[in-house]
Amino acid sequence: MTCQEIRELIHAYLDGEIDLVRSLEIERHLPDCQVCASVVQNLQTLRSAITRDSLYHRAPPDLRQRVQAVVRQSNRAESKPRFASLWFASGRWLGVGISAAAVAVLLLALIPAWLRSSADEPIAKEAISAHVRSLMADHLTDVASSDRHTVKPWFNGRLDFSPPVTDLTERGFPLIGGRLDYLDNRPVAALVYRRQQHFINLFIWPSAQPSSKAAVNPVTQQGFHLFRWTAIEMHFLAVSDLNERELKEFVGLIHDQLTPTATP
Amino acid sequence: MYNTNQLGRFEQVVLPHLDAAYNLARWLTHNDHDAQDVVQESYLRALKFFSGLRSEDGRAWLLTIVRHTCYDWLRQNRRFEPLTGFDDELQGVESDEPGPEAMLLRTAEDELLRHALEELPVEFREVVILRELEGLSYKEIADIANLPLGTVMSRLARARQRLQQALTAHTQREAQV
Repeated sequence: MTCQEIRELIHAYLDGEIDLVRSLEIERHLPDCQVCASVVQNLQTLRSAITRDSLYHRAPPDLRQRVQAVVRQSNRAESKPRFASLWFASGRWLGVGISAAAVAVLLLALIPAWLRSSADEPIAKEAISAHVRSLMADHLTDVASSDRHTVKPWFNGRLDFSPPVTDLTERGFPLIGGRLDYLDNRPVAALVYRRQQHFINLFIWPSAQPSSKAAVNPVTQQGFHLFRWTAIEMHFLAVSDLNERELKEFVGLIHDQLTPTATP
Repeated sequence: MYNTNQLGRFEQVVLPHLDAAYNLARWLTHNDHDAQDVVQESYLRALKFFSGLRSEDGRAWLLTIVRHTCYDWLRQNRRFEPLTGFDDELQGVESDEPGPEAMLLRTAEDELLRHALEELPVEFREVVILRELEGLSYKEIADIANLPLGTVMSRLARARQRLQQALTAHTQREAQV
């Protein structure tokens, strides 16, 4: 190995990230090369300086108590994030940066009463809440990409199923990215699409039923439209403040992409 | 939301990593108050997604969430400035300058090291914190920060190089006084 090759591997060598053969080669080289040896020595010195304990920030005891309180509270919680309980448990106002979640709670309270009390469409209520939260808490996507080959693999290992990701850019509904969310008492995939200034959340999660037709009549309330259907053993739920006609077009496109016309 | 079993598992798998969560948040947000908020928000998100967790590696999973939450926070506070014109390809990263003298560094004050770390761009800072203070492998860091392995190595190399330069510059200034 040349000095140049050694220098390129020196960090991986010090971090114990290269194979034994090359590691031994480097160790044979060092006694014969003062320059490489001093590079190694300086890096080792730097590393041992950084790893000193005084640079490690341990969690303050009161934070530990607060987090434990929040976790314990969740045992009695419903299947929704308990931003409110965090407030009471924390005993102080959340920082401005993270208080978006708290704002979301306040705004969710403004969602019409029928949605909060309606028992026949709990999923619709949850989906609208999730949609509103995603737009408000500055947490629209966990993976921001218009490339479905980036978005789809991102869900691997984060969900116990693989959501189908469709690219509709050419049809006027560019993909913005994906996100994990929580609906129907389980983690779900949320794919985010855009039409001009309107965002569409498409929630996907496994279903026990084989398939159903895309709902022709959406649930509509206070400017939000929801279409819900089942296909390829997945639940699909699209929610947006986009007008009903265009959202229906979107749903049709997704549906057609997933279920190629069956041969008669 | 959870039965006692699941809550017990959460307490076993995720709760013990509070120090790791706080340390990362503290280094990425630069202060205690915001770090505490980020950690609380992260635990809420963790609770929300816990039933989907398949692996037993609660630390890496929690740190992934903490990092996301930190970046959300940095963006909200307009404190996130992505590296521009930065080439993540690994090239020769060593400089011919001598590094800081070993003796000097051993006695370097915490304050000096802390300042040098705080000054690193966040993309460099996070890999140093995860590697040196959390002792994670390249693979674990790649998963947490959603980066290719080669990028983890090159960022770590550059981060260390910058730290050496900063500390060398400081010791040279001291010598001139």
